[in-house]
Amino acid sequence: MTLDDLFMIDPYSLNEADKESALSGILSDRTRRHYANCPEYRAILDGLGYRPDAGAVALERLPFMPVRLFKALELRSVPKESVVKTLTSSGTSGQAVSRIFLDAENVRNQTKTLNAIISSFIGKGRLPLLLLDTEMIKKDRSMYSARGAGIIGFSIFGRDSTFALDADMKMDVDKVAAFFDRHSEEPILMFGYTYMIWQFVVRALEESGRRFNAKNAILFHIGGWKKLKDQQVDALEFNRRVQGVLGNVKVYNYYGMAEQLGSVFVECEHGHMHCSNYSDVIIRRPCDFSAAGIGERGLIELLSVLPTSYPGHVLLTEDEGEILGVDDCPCGRKGRYFKIHGRIKAAEVRGCSDTFEHK
Amino acid sequence: MTRLSISNAPLRVFDESVVEFLGELSAELLKSPIVRRHPDLSAFAFYVRKANLARLQGTMNPGGGRLGRGLCFHIAPANIPVNFAFSWVFSLLAGNANVVRLPSRDFPQVDALLEVVDGALGRHPALRERNAFVKYPRTDVETTAMYSAMADCRMIWGGDRTIAAIRAMPTMPRCVDVCFADRYSVALIDGAAVLAADDARIARLAEDFYNDTYLMDQNACSSPQVILWESDSPSARERFWTAVEAVAKRKYVLQDAVAVDKYTMLCEEAAGSLATGRVTRAGNLLYRVELEALPKDVFAHRGRGGLFFEHSLKSREGLFEVVTEKFQTVTQFGIDALALRDEIVSHGLRGIDRIVPIGQAMDIGAVWDGYNLVETLSRTVSAS
Repeated sequence: MTLDDLFMIDPYSLNEADKESALSGILSDRTRRHYANCPEYRAILDGLGYRPDAGAVALERLPFMPVRLFKALELRSVPKESVVKTLTSSGTSGQAVSRIFLDAENVRNQTKTLNAIISSFIGKGRLPLLLLDTEMIKKDRSMYSARGAGIIGFSIFGRDSTFALDADMKMDVDKVAAFFDRHSEEPILMFGYTYMIWQFVVRALEESGRRFNAKNAILFHIGGWKKLKDQQVDALEFNRRVQGVLGNVKVYNYYGMAEQLGSVFVECEHGHMHCSNYSDVIIRRPCDFSAAGIGERGLIELLSVLPTSYPGHVLLTEDEGEILGVDDCPCGRKGRYFKIHGRIKAAEVRGCSDTFEHK
Repeated sequence: MTRLSISNAPLRVFDESVVEFLGELSAELLKSPIVRRHPDLSAFAFYVRKANLARLQGTMNPGGGRLGRGLCFHIAPANIPVNFAFSWVFSLLAGNANVVRLPSRDFPQVDALLEVVDGALGRHPALRERNAFVKYPRTDVETTAMYSAMADCRMIWGGDRTIAAIRAMPTMPRCVDVCFADRYSVALIDGAAVLAADDARIARLAEDFYNDTYLMDQNACSSPQVILWESDSPSARERFWTAVEAVAKRKYVLQDAVAVDKYTMLCEEAAGSLATGRVTRAGNLLYRVELEALPKDVFAHRGRGGLFFEHSLKSREGLFEVVTEKFQTVTQFGIDALALRDEIVSHGLRGIDRIVPIGQAMDIGAVWDGYNLVETLSRTVSAS
């Protein structure tokens, strides 16, 4: 199977065996291609003693790159002139940013894939789109940030795209009310970043006492849960409070990394994060990086068929998670589904003590 | 910010009152149950034993009157809990009054130690007036500036950036700074000696190596980063590393974040350097990166949590060529340390201050980082 073949079928249709065979072929080919075209990647595989042979390699045996490598190195598998976009991830404050180099083919495939995945939730037609963010993020071209890219990327699913927040991150209630009035008779689509929505939409509206009453809306949101976890807010609470201020909204959380834009993971109605045909997940045990079984916590490795202009197709993240099941989610989607527990705990700096006595 | 009133009249080097006080402190610490739980605390307690101080005094340059410089301000490192206490003791023995800035992070052994120190100082009111332990955030530069302005000498631990920031603060014209910069250390092992040793010796060697490295995640300046082999052979390496890995398997808790850091470092090393050759990696406890040649910037190669560089040393010249002022400790096994010291001197090297057997990398002493600390922190009164 090739990527083009994948575009022909429903994005959640491949069962475990078919997917292993499809993805191992495509991803092994990616490994060979990056090995041939990205000198740093080649040096790393050489150092690790990995030889990319002809033929397909089992997904678990594909070499994985630590995601932080994209902060330290410029990893490119295409000539500089072919790069049409350089994506930077914001990262934690004070840290270096990742730089992801995209050529036209890679960008096109990201868009097609995101389209296939999101369409399977909202249908093919374009819906009126309310962006729960500020337009400034789009105007500030000095940095093509992942947040801005996400907004622009998502805009293809909508029409009458309207930004709900002003430059000071305050909700423009008149503008939003007008948007709801214009589209009172049809389903509407909303998009934003989890924490921004919480802070500048949910909390702000709750404080002002203003409510909107959408009749039939779908919200996709993306981004970290860390700050929300600190405030004891989980997904159920988040959804409930969103519905409290915006009305009848179906809320979908999704997960994607700047390093693998396009092949996102969407949480289904049962609260399960799903791999699509375009991606897969492996959980690795930190002690030896062996693959963990279903229900076992470990480091999340993400695979995506999309990265062609940079070697990001098999990534070891710094998040912890577990696989919940495969092919058998009650929502009917095939493939692995999983849970993200969040960022791994920062290492404690060891002093000179107390390891002696602990056996 | 409270202004301290502290007596700063110098005492004699190894003043009787100081030696007596430290002897009491040692005895009390050794009685305390918490000391047994913290090997770094018991090492400190042993160090300030009366007998050890007498031995130390014997190694000092006698002639002439030696006095403290006055007030010493100590900036202790954040990550090594008991280091502040050693820093303090060297200055105390030199005859100084002290303001000691404690590590900003909380460590149980620091609290325990301070409690015993406080009790002991209670019985020595004259010394109590001369010694203060302070704790404040690193960001509070005003307080650091205030103590710096008062100091006759400063002990500045904590790496290149801390040193630069603290040295920029005004001090008295005669203030003496002892700076402990970022340093780099290596191990030198004789392969033939590894093969000749019996199993018990190798097991102990592996434990010792573990204590020098894994125990602190290789964070200390004196932790070896590169293992240099003389009389190298695959069987010697195999024997050594098998024993080390066995100790690590038994004792080391690989934190998830360290496993990721380590793998990232390994990939960065593989991507970045032409000098790095093959990588040996079985499981995640021990990564070994073979350096085909020692690069000029070898000090830029640092491991973490069990990532080591290795190199087969054809001749000592190969090492001496890359030694810079950054080099601190050589931990060794099967090497003639005195002969190596003489070579360092005869080659006029800018680095390597210390050659110790493997297992003693962390053992701080009155001669550290190339300084004789008690001498440096005191002044000589000459007469002719």
